[in-house]
Amino acid sequence: MILQLKNIQQKKNGNKILKGVSIDVPEGSFFVLMGPTGCGKTSLLRIAGLLDSPSSGDIIFKGKKLTSRKKELLHTRRQIASMFQSPVMFRGSVSSNVGWGLKIRGIKKPEIASRTEKVLEFVGLSGFAERDASTLSGGERRRTALARALVLEPELLILDEPGTSLDPAFKRDLLKRIKEIHLQTGTTFVMATHDFTDALAVGTMGAVMRNGLIEQSGMMDDILFKPESRFMASFTGVRNIFPADFAGTEACVRQLTITHSGIKQGHGFLAIPPEVIVLSLAPNLTSERNRFNGTVKSIERNGTNWDVTVEVSDIPIIVAITTGALEELEIAPGTDIHLSFKASAVHVF
Amino acid sequence: MSHLFEAFSIALRMIVSGDPGVFSIALRTLLIASVSTLLATLLFVPLGCLINFSSFKGKRLAVGFVQTMYSVPTVFVGMLVFLMISRSGPLGGLELLFSPWAIILGEVVLIAPIITGLTISALQSTGKGLEDTAVALGGGRRTVILKVLSEAKYTMLTSVLMGFGRAVSEVGVAIMVGGNIAGYTRTLTTAIALGVGKGETAPSIALGLILLSLALIVSIIVNLLQHGGRK
Repeated sequence: MILQLKNIQQKKNGNKILKGVSIDVPEGSFFVLMGPTGCGKTSLLRIAGLLDSPSSGDIIFKGKKLTSRKKELLHTRRQIASMFQSPVMFRGSVSSNVGWGLKIRGIKKPEIASRTEKVLEFVGLSGFAERDASTLSGGERRRTALARALVLEPELLILDEPGTSLDPAFKRDLLKRIKEIHLQTGTTFVMATHDFTDALAVGTMGAVMRNGLIEQSGMMDDILFKPESRFMASFTGVRNIFPADFAGTEACVRQLTITHSGIKQGHGFLAIPPEVIVLSLAPNLTSERNRFNGTVKSIERNGTNWDVTVEVSDIPIIVAITTGALEELEIAPGTDIHLSFKASAVHVF
Repeated sequence: MSHLFEAFSIALRMIVSGDPGVFSIALRTLLIASVSTLLATLLFVPLGCLINFSSFKGKRLAVGFVQTMYSVPTVFVGMLVFLMISRSGPLGGLELLFSPWAIILGEVVLIAPIITGLTISALQSTGKGLEDTAVALGGGRRTVILKVLSEAKYTMLTSVLMGFGRAVSEVGVAIMVGGNIAGYTRTLTTAIALGVGKGETAPSIALGLILLSLALIVSIIVNLLQHGGRK
């Protein structure tokens, strides 16, 4: 592990911002810290970047527990670089901004010039070296800030909401560039975002925070496909979340019995991702263990796809289908329809 | 009205012809205000930096007090300095009363809060983000402070010029501790006050125009620096 945060607590003005957070960041990973605004992501990142000291808890960098000794902190901080949500540009040119971190490390001018040129090309800012940093657009400022951090060749790069307030095209482009840099350099990245889609675009693993605590952590696929709580299911965009009474592999949602692949007893919740449900006009002869009849209640556009709400025994179930599938099925509100999904696709928590 | 026009034209002639009486007062005023500003800068810019970069209990209260003192009446400062340097005062032995040094001392006291307070504001205006960025890029405490100072230099220079503007245009301190002695402690403001009282309109207008020009020059420089600072 390159970075381990153990039971981190942080108080600000008497409020507990972090209530005992622990994360392990493996070397070379792209670790994404997710969660809604105000859940403590930035506070945790500032501690990870050694910009703030926690009220309690341990920071372990490359296996060594850090103390509060200033010299040790500065030495470690120089192996980490942080890029903030709203990057601040120093007065002067783009190259002077990018080269500043090298200058204070005593690197000679010719080397600074060559490394600055290379890194600007790397982040897609060739030809920007002499531009006044105050004239840059939002996206260019972020790329400059990224170059300013990357040029230091840090072992750990921390990014706080790099895509915030950028228009979707710029954001996609920036995240794509960040991912490419991660793959090319092998540097460990820790990124905070409130947008789960951004996290999926770049992350290999991560943790979801809520109210100063970690709600769930692990590989991105597990976070996406195996939400462990109702909050997680909702955060990862899973719809069709229902309260249910469980008995082994069966769950009763009102009068509907749904089969799932886990074993659970008592009361809880289940979620059926709209993308895993198959619609058909005739009963489907498949191995799927959940097969129901229903009536189409509404059809609404959702981006490039469609959300079809099917009422099954008074329970509205949303099914996501493509435009092609919608045209093929020729359905409209009131159409009787069959839906099916696998037991393994049902999340229970 | 014609009297006023005549006085204006005489005043302009005095300025254009370089009237020695008018210009010696103007030069003395400039010299006194410059020395005051220099001394106040040397003493109170570092104090402003110290307050800004250190953490102590009651810091916000201290900054609030300094800012309140921006508008302290000049006659109050004049009285305070008078009591300090008068023969029976604690600094009476220095025999500064009714000398240019008395005015300098008074002006230093007068502009001290402006220079201290505006220095703090200038440093704070760079924002926590700048300091954080410098720290995040590996700056130690000293490097970070130097970076913040470098980023705030134009705004800090503005605070010094604001102090100079206040020093050059004040009248209370100069009259009370300078005594308005002709050829020795008479400044533009005290000379104008005396001239108007005596009915000498033309020289007062000439002195007033010079004072106005000085204020205008300071204002232009401040504006230019603020514009440059935003770049």
